[in-house]
Amino acid sequence: MSPLIEAVGLTKSFGDTVALDGLDLVAERGRVVALLGPNGAGKTTFVRAVATLVRPDGGSLRVDGIDVARRPADVRRQIGLAGQHAAVEPALTGRENLVLVGRLFGLSRRDARAQAAAVLDSLGLNEAADRGAKTYSGGMRRRLDLGASLVGRPRLLLLDEPTTGLDPASRIELWDTIRRLVADGTDVVLTTQYLEEADQLADRIVIIDRGRVVADGTPDELKQRAGRDVIEIHPHSARDLANAGAALESFAGSVPQVDASNRRITLTVDNGGQHLADAIRLLDAGGIVIDDIALRRPTLDEVFLGLVGSTPAQPALVANS
Amino acid sequence: MITTPSSIHLTDGIDDRPLRGSSLVTSTVAIAGRTVRKFVRTPQLIVIGIVQSAMFLLIFRYVFGGAIGTPGVRYVDFLVPGFIAANVLFCGTGTSVGVAEDMEAGFTDRLRSLPMPRTSVIAGRALADTALLALILGVTAGVGFGVGYRLRGSVLEGVAAFGLCIVFGFAFEWFFILLGVLSGNAQAAQGMAMIVFPLTFVSSAYVPVGSMPGWMQPFARNQPVTAMVDAIRSLTLGDHARAVLGHASGHYIGRALLWCVVLVVVFAPIAVGRYRRT
Repeated sequence: MSPLIEAVGLTKSFGDTVALDGLDLVAERGRVVALLGPNGAGKTTFVRAVATLVRPDGGSLRVDGIDVARRPADVRRQIGLAGQHAAVEPALTGRENLVLVGRLFGLSRRDARAQAAAVLDSLGLNEAADRGAKTYSGGMRRRLDLGASLVGRPRLLLLDEPTTGLDPASRIELWDTIRRLVADGTDVVLTTQYLEEADQLADRIVIIDRGRVVADGTPDELKQRAGRDVIEIHPHSARDLANAGAALESFAGSVPQVDASNRRITLTVDNGGQHLADAIRLLDAGGIVIDDIALRRPTLDEVFLGLVGSTPAQPALVANS
Repeated sequence: MITTPSSIHLTDGIDDRPLRGSSLVTSTVAIAGRTVRKFVRTPQLIVIGIVQSAMFLLIFRYVFGGAIGTPGVRYVDFLVPGFIAANVLFCGTGTSVGVAEDMEAGFTDRLRSLPMPRTSVIAGRALADTALLALILGVTAGVGFGVGYRLRGSVLEGVAAFGLCIVFGFAFEWFFILLGVLSGNAQAAQGMAMIVFPLTFVSSAYVPVGSMPGWMQPFARNQPVTAMVDAIRSLTLGDHARAVLGHASGHYIGRALLWCVVLVVVFAPIAVGRYRRT
């Protein structure tokens, strides 16, 4: 069976701006793929190319084995797109929005209504179904937008920054909805600027920067590839912090990062289990009191920093205006 | 396959193959239906169009009317047909803004990612906006009758004149859709739509072209608004038409329809091309 998405050497420029610079990506079925990258990395351009909204300048792109450039109409039958902007018609009710999309997918009036009702029900929008979409909260609108992308029973759901601009509660709610879709077997490719979102939803994370894939793997693999485990030490007092910093000066070839404001020392080491024991012995021998010591994988933030050279955006708390 | 109670299952009762998509007619009607419902539920769109038309009609009728000489015919009988034909263009600016808004909001992208002919996106828009135009022109004509306008020809000719206005409106829709697509946002669309001012004012719509400076007259005589205005007058001025215009009505109607064809042939393919392009 052909992969869900197969992109080879994809390029796209808008004037002088290079959006895709030879992007290669194969997405298999049955896994949620998150495209992670900073603003302007090319994530959205890639999704728009898959959705047949942007024609790449070069390279090849297949969805479910179908050449997007040659048979865009067939690709459109397979995909559902929920974009960065909630692309619903505010003057129509939630139900009317979904019936409209169903009709455009070629459903009969009756089937479109049945499908709209099923989608509204599954997204918890039943009560608001017959209200104008303009009365919906941001989170509800986004769910309706997601619903519109589901009416056509897509094989592939494309979610372009699905939770950007949502408050934290709505974000978590939408994550749950996406997880339920995945549980039902819908293949999902999503873009996000938020590591947490990628970590929460995806089986596989593809890190994109400047129009190319710079890293690719499961969340754990990526953390592992950035190498190295992290030992995190929380000394009891400021004096302990200073002493510990001195005692660990050249520990296992690592330079200890002393963070005075959080009274924390981090050591990046290979083979963390062995070194954790060594570190404890060393601290104990020096009479240094510690509140906590832990071995952990690097956070995706640390991975990202290592691979791209800058940290991605943090989920911003959106003020309700 | 295990279906957890919390999973979303949408395929009950309908088989699992990808949907076939919709035809040009189905999708055009569905999209036109959406735009019409938007008008009905956002009455300010309609009310603003009507109030603006009525206001300008009254201004021309009562403020400028006295100062404009129209030999052989009362100014109100000269003005109203011209005003209604030119009003087609002012209504068209709403189309440009609506198209640009849909693009800005991402609604156009949603439609373009669906399995249907992309031509439907604008064909639906052109259809719905022409319906709105008919409503606004109808009300404006009513106001015209209210301020003393009378048909000098037959009622049938009057109806034909109104129909011609709608045809003209449909033809011009494609131009305004293209403006909306090119502008990309509502404010820019509003700005670009300023082009209607030279087209409407430098025409025979409000004043006789003969009263304009010589260098302006060739443009005023040979542009689509004048062609349409003359055709409408030839149908509504009855016996006065020949005196005011010079030729029989067939001449003017032919010229107006030719302009309609030119507008559609030139602008529809460009507009459709912009939507189809990926």
